[in-house]
Amino acid sequence: MTVDFNHLLVAPILLPLATAALMLLLGEGRRGLKAVVNVLSTTLGLAIAVSLLLGLARHDAPAAFGVYLPGNWSVPFGIVLVADRLSALMVVLTGCVGLASLLYALARWQHAGAYFHVLFQLQLMGLYGAFLTADLFNLFVFFEVLLAASYGLLLHGGGGERVRAGLHYITINLVASLLFLIGVAVLYGVTGTLNMADIAQKLPAVPASDRGLLHAGAAILAIAFLAKAGLWPLNFWLPPAYAAASAPAAAVFAILTKVGVYAVLRLWTLCFPAGAGASAGFGGDVLVWGGLVTLAYGAVGMLASQQLARLAAYSVIASSGTLVATIGFDAPMLSGGALFYLASSTLAGCAMFLLVELLERSRQVEVGPQQVDDGNYALPAFFDAEPPPGTNLDDDEEALIGRAIPAALAFLGLTFTVCALVTAGLPPLSGFVAKLAMLTALLGLQTPAAWTLFVLLILSGLFGAMSLMRVGMRHFWTTQDRPPPRLRVIETLPIAGLLAASLAMVLQAEAGLAYTRAAAEALHAPALYIDAVMGAQPVPRVTGDAP
Amino acid sequence: MEAVISIAIGVMASAGVWLILRPRTFQVLIGLTLLSYAVNLFIFSVGSLAVDREPIVRPGVVADLVNYSDPLPQSLVLTAIVIGFATTALFLVVLLALRGLSGGDHVDGQEERL
Repeated sequence: MTVDFNHLLVAPILLPLATAALMLLLGEGRRGLKAVVNVLSTTLGLAIAVSLLLGLARHDAPAAFGVYLPGNWSVPFGIVLVADRLSALMVVLTGCVGLASLLYALARWQHAGAYFHVLFQLQLMGLYGAFLTADLFNLFVFFEVLLAASYGLLLHGGGGERVRAGLHYITINLVASLLFLIGVAVLYGVTGTLNMADIAQKLPAVPASDRGLLHAGAAILAIAFLAKAGLWPLNFWLPPAYAAASAPAAAVFAILTKVGVYAVLRLWTLCFPAGAGASAGFGGDVLVWGGLVTLAYGAVGMLASQQLARLAAYSVIASSGTLVATIGFDAPMLSGGALFYLASSTLAGCAMFLLVELLERSRQVEVGPQQVDDGNYALPAFFDAEPPPGTNLDDDEEALIGRAIPAALAFLGLTFTVCALVTAGLPPLSGFVAKLAMLTALLGLQTPAAWTLFVLLILSGLFGAMSLMRVGMRHFWTTQDRPPPRLRVIETLPIAGLLAASLAMVLQAEAGLAYTRAAAEALHAPALYIDAVMGAQPVPRVTGDAP
Repeated sequence: MEAVISIAIGVMASAGVWLILRPRTFQVLIGLTLLSYAVNLFIFSVGSLAVDREPIVRPGVVADLVNYSDPLPQSLVLTAIVIGFATTALFLVVLLALRGLSGGDHVDGQEERL
């Protein structure tokens, strides 16, 4: 069934665009005014996103869709925007991540460059557009918008390390964009349309002589998406780039890999479902095994990282791998758990990237980007570690009564623990609920790949817990007399908010899982999506003041 | 005409791929540009190659792909050219910034250690 959102559906795209244009007119100065405008606009965007999600969640029908025709052209000819449960979930996540990063940036980072606020709004516009569009070429345009903004955000703050990582990041993404274009062109050549629903509808009728071309086009398109999702072996650019980015930019990037995952999930379930005739399940094995290798790579990378920022980047890779692998199984129950995991890991990843800087701040005073991981910061070997003089060891214990833990350190320790629990998927937080839902679904599949994923999910949780615990011990249990870090309320607020959202996901896990399962069921019944899009009618033209 | 176009696309794409794998930033930039030319030509060729069949409907001629070429790939190419041009310009800026910061034109910011 379709839900009538009227013009609300296009608002998440137009609002950031208008805000960015307005702030560009304000010039380079007037940061205070820009900050106010930016926060207001981002909050409004989040409110719109939540109202879209609630509007769709209200309906119990197997699938609810909001369809909007921006140019009022009839369906296969014009661009279509569609909000289903999956899109609405992604849009809300974008709003949350955006607002948190922005609030964090207000403390210091907004002063590090001239056009932070403008780039930030354009980034949001690209993300919202990519999640809402139902047109393949329009998806390309929004990809380019969000990538162009991310190039600027990655370089925000400057410095040799960022520029070096930025050059690699831009090159990889430009090549991926060219592959995207080739894939779109081939699909257009075979099916004669760019509307995703129309493509899916016409695929079963593609003649056998064109089927090879169709598969080649789909595979090239998938490579472009998977490079953005960080699938091994297309992900070597990711850890240096994310570790070099400034904290708020890296926090926004936590959702950029999810754009690639979203595009694969949307197009693969739409175009190659079990009922697609000769192309049914095309490439599913590649997704499953590619995802599994990526998950293993991410878990091992987490263990090997000496730097918290790189560790966070590898945890993003591990969560991408999990998601891509679950897509390939084509099982609604598993996808339902995976979507819950997507929300949980995005919020935790964003909070982790924000925490990285606060934790590193006591060691590193200047704003410069972190150095390359050259092994010089390695932990001392276990037996070589000598306690510094004056350490309060058990042998000659002094009473510690009356020495309070500084509030900032207590906050950092607590949030880091919560963040680590969510990332590693330990009870009682949302990461655990998500992993449990996926593991339960995997038990029902009974294939070698499903068992491999089952084992890898548990092992990656163990590896994640170990590596995060090691970092936590190094940061909180070392005995050096460091001055306690200075935090501002505006910096702690977004981290606390993100973790509170994660906590809310546990308290409302029943409703949340019901929502993501409904979203997954709708994804695995693509006929519903096709009917909703193809059945959309343009608004009849109002004829002036006819008698 | 098909052979000429495909050879042109192939030569540009292979030259572009080779240049992207080179260690100098300017070579990578030229490689990206050549690749985007190849891709643009490829998109253009998707809309059926024909001479003298411009996609403007003339009275009395049936509007189908036998009498006209497909206008959509041409508009896609226009969009792709604009976006590719903008991102290449951005790449050029980053290239210059890296050169200024590292003093060299190696893509890794430093020469390989031998």
